[in-house]
Amino acid sequence: MSAVLPQPMDHGHGHDHDHDHAHGHPHGWRRWLFATNHKDIGTMYLLFAFTMFLVGGTLALLIRLELFKPGLQFFNPELFNQFTTMHGLIMVFGAIMPAFVGFANWMIPLQIGAADMAFARMNNLSFWLLIPAAIMLASGFFLPGGAPAAGWTLYAPLTLQMGPSMDSSIFALHIMGASSIMGSINIIVTILNMRAPGMTLMKMPMFVWTWLITAYLLIAVMPVLAGAITMTLTDRHFHTSFFSPAGGGDPVMYQHVFWFFGHPEVYIMILPAFGIISQVVPAFARKRLFGYTSMVYATSSIAILSFIVWAHHMYTTGMPVTGQLFFMYATMLISVPTGVKVFNWLATMWRGSMSFEAPMLWAVGFIFVFTMGGFTGLICSMAPIDIQLQDTYYVVAHFHYVLVAGSLFGMFSGYYYWAPKWTGVMYSEFHGKMHFWLSLISFNVTFFPMHFLGLAGMPRRVADYPMQFADFNALASIGGLCFGLSQIYFLVFVVIPGMRGKGEPAPQRPWEGAEGLEWEVPSPAPWHTYETPPQLDRTATKVIG
Amino acid sequence: MTIRKLAQGATRAALAICAMAGTGAALAFGDSTVTDLPGGPKVMGLDFQPAVTEIARQQKELHYGMLIVCTVIFVVVFGFMFYSIFKHRKSVGHKAANFHESVAVEIAWTVVPFIIVILMGAAATRTVVAMKDTTQSDITIKVTGYQWKWGYDYIDGEGKGLGFISTLDTEQRDLSETSRPAGNDYLLKVDNPLVVPMGKKVRVITTADDVIHSWSVPAFGVKQDAIPGFVRDAWFLAEKAGDYYGMCSELCGKEHAFMPIHVVVMEPKDYTAWVDKQRKALAAAADDPKKVWEMGPLMARGEKVYLANCAVCHKPDGKGAGPVKPLDASPVVLDKDINAQITTVLHGRLNGAMPAWQGKLSETEIAAAITYTKNSWSNHTGQLVEPSDVVAAEAK
Repeated sequence: MSAVLPQPMDHGHGHDHDHDHAHGHPHGWRRWLFATNHKDIGTMYLLFAFTMFLVGGTLALLIRLELFKPGLQFFNPELFNQFTTMHGLIMVFGAIMPAFVGFANWMIPLQIGAADMAFARMNNLSFWLLIPAAIMLASGFFLPGGAPAAGWTLYAPLTLQMGPSMDSSIFALHIMGASSIMGSINIIVTILNMRAPGMTLMKMPMFVWTWLITAYLLIAVMPVLAGAITMTLTDRHFHTSFFSPAGGGDPVMYQHVFWFFGHPEVYIMILPAFGIISQVVPAFARKRLFGYTSMVYATSSIAILSFIVWAHHMYTTGMPVTGQLFFMYATMLISVPTGVKVFNWLATMWRGSMSFEAPMLWAVGFIFVFTMGGFTGLICSMAPIDIQLQDTYYVVAHFHYVLVAGSLFGMFSGYYYWAPKWTGVMYSEFHGKMHFWLSLISFNVTFFPMHFLGLAGMPRRVADYPMQFADFNALASIGGLCFGLSQIYFLVFVVIPGMRGKGEPAPQRPWEGAEGLEWEVPSPAPWHTYETPPQLDRTATKVIG
Repeated sequence: MTIRKLAQGATRAALAICAMAGTGAALAFGDSTVTDLPGGPKVMGLDFQPAVTEIARQQKELHYGMLIVCTVIFVVVFGFMFYSIFKHRKSVGHKAANFHESVAVEIAWTVVPFIIVILMGAAATRTVVAMKDTTQSDITIKVTGYQWKWGYDYIDGEGKGLGFISTLDTEQRDLSETSRPAGNDYLLKVDNPLVVPMGKKVRVITTADDVIHSWSVPAFGVKQDAIPGFVRDAWFLAEKAGDYYGMCSELCGKEHAFMPIHVVVMEPKDYTAWVDKQRKALAAAADDPKKVWEMGPLMARGEKVYLANCAVCHKPDGKGAGPVKPLDASPVVLDKDINAQITTVLHGRLNGAMPAWQGKLSETEIAAAITYTKNSWSNHTGQLVEPSDVVAAEAK
């Protein structure tokens, strides 16, 4: 990989050679273990997240394998529940969240003209904490009783029945939460204090804005999750009864606390993707982002509203009628700022001069398919309809439309957009487009039929199902396999060649319409960039000295 | 890359996937013996199951309404996007305009969606309120979730006092385990379905014994979590007789997929007949107080009753503890007149410190427990109290 990744020897931007050596940068494995450079740490985050993505994806394929036909063919129901639980935990905490932190590490300092992240050593710690946490989480499969099988939501009191792997998973989540909080503090401090002179808040790139808001959400809710799972832990071992009904505890209280974390978490996983799309669309429409200010306000409103909608995950727990109505109205309200974002993207494209390189394809795919997930979300928000849909495959379809076609497609868009800056070489446009079309089609083949399964009444998290559901399940399994293979295609034909430096050398600004400070440094980005604050033009998108 | 090349790429990818999907579908379509299950899932069902309650019908209508509104918005919005994608592209020579703001447009597309969601919310409110109105029910049934079966207890209305456990037919679990799924009601067949009358408002009170379960019958539009330590309620009024099916809808452990719900809705007169039959069956299984018992079986029965009800205070060795009187060598127990002890047990003593057992235990159980105490430990009265003696004492 070191063939292309910027070497500590490389120099940025009028940088003095001797000065660079004076730091005595570590080389070899020490470069990574003791990394304090935001680009190195960003790379490690992205590689870690992609690895976890493949692990979580393998679990998903095992799930689809068992569900390919009715009847139990491969796994007993207990192991099946372990797969669904671990698939969710690994994808949310191991893949999506760290991947976005990787993007933040790479791009935020470059986009705001800062030399590095504010707390370089904390940055190192927040990455390296993930490794033991991931090992602890995944090792659950090898503990007595296997991995946790209570669903990724870890509802009490089922969690109280789990084996020792529940405890290791709780500790793993604690550590990942600590890592997230450190990462968020770092991002907030970097954004608020280290912008180049002239880059006011309202001139920041949208990716920086969405991450600033995301970081606040993370700091607000990760401790809530930590609290919920700590209470689960003490219920399990120290005879407390927070959630244990045998001692007078309230299992529904767990759900309230969990979803107070869980709903903002949904936006933590999507807002940075909104940021990426808000940068890619203007670049390939060769036209400024429409309604920048309203984009900022819409993102903030989504973040604030996300704190008052949590109980729409709990309509069937039996809330009082006023509770159901409140959470229904509040949830429906979120579709307004979300709609504003979609309209703004379309208005940016409108009368532009568009071209459809891979980043733009992924961005358009994101808008199209994410909006479908948004509409099914609106349908689920209606309490009477949700009574039919709660805990069925419709919900599975809905959140995969927003998390896979949303977060993941957003990240692919960002990868193709920025990878030339990271690796210094252009990816193969053909492979990028193949990856897109294969993923888009197989994604829809996998998840679209799940809407029908849910409408027809198939519950989620079941290892076996009535015969009438067989056809759509078979179709979804085939689609799932194709989607999985499409990601291997991405690894083999896009990521690995990029890391090996195969491909056309990337120009400093590979995209005609791209604006921003990341395109003011050479490709690949030198190891150190913006060591002295750059002088910016009026729009804060160009360096003038 | 031109549109043609793009289209080629897309076509190639689509063909590859369709070929694979076709192969798979052919495999899956193999079992053509499966047909729709009335009151349960349809083969390749695309919609909610047919509604047999007003609430389920409203849910369905709301869903159709939402689908139409969302589809219209989707088509309009993405019509614009695809128009733009094909017309406003660099390869056809379109030059970028320079607008990037319009307060009027932005206010419009904030306010219009806002009004649309308010209308949607208003449409749903009536159903939410109706769903939660569990008052004035004709029949109340307590539904208890267990790992992994359902307990049904009729606690009010016609059929009051009935109760049974409903479990997945054991053969079904074997079919699943050995991977030989078969039948239209695969995984939905139970030993004892819940039976309710047609046209009567049935209130369901849910609770659970261990973890959270969820009692769900799509045709009724009911899904209510069953939460240990708490009770929740829901209701339905089925308009059509027949069999209706659902599955547990909250992950409850390894056998989550194997605790279905089967409800039989009967014409009211059939329901009355069913209740009578159940009562007779219950009565037949119950103790007959006219039965004359031998010492051996009555002592064995009495030991069970004593340990389950009396030993918690009087202790298994009959010595009592603290303020609780010992039964071993107790004058009441040793009294030659058996009625001394029968009266004490029936009516209690010391303001209920010794509880009154009349009505809580059957005559047979009371007779057995008394006989046991009269002939255990150091007590050797040789007296045998028959259930008929208890009946006689109750009559006094």
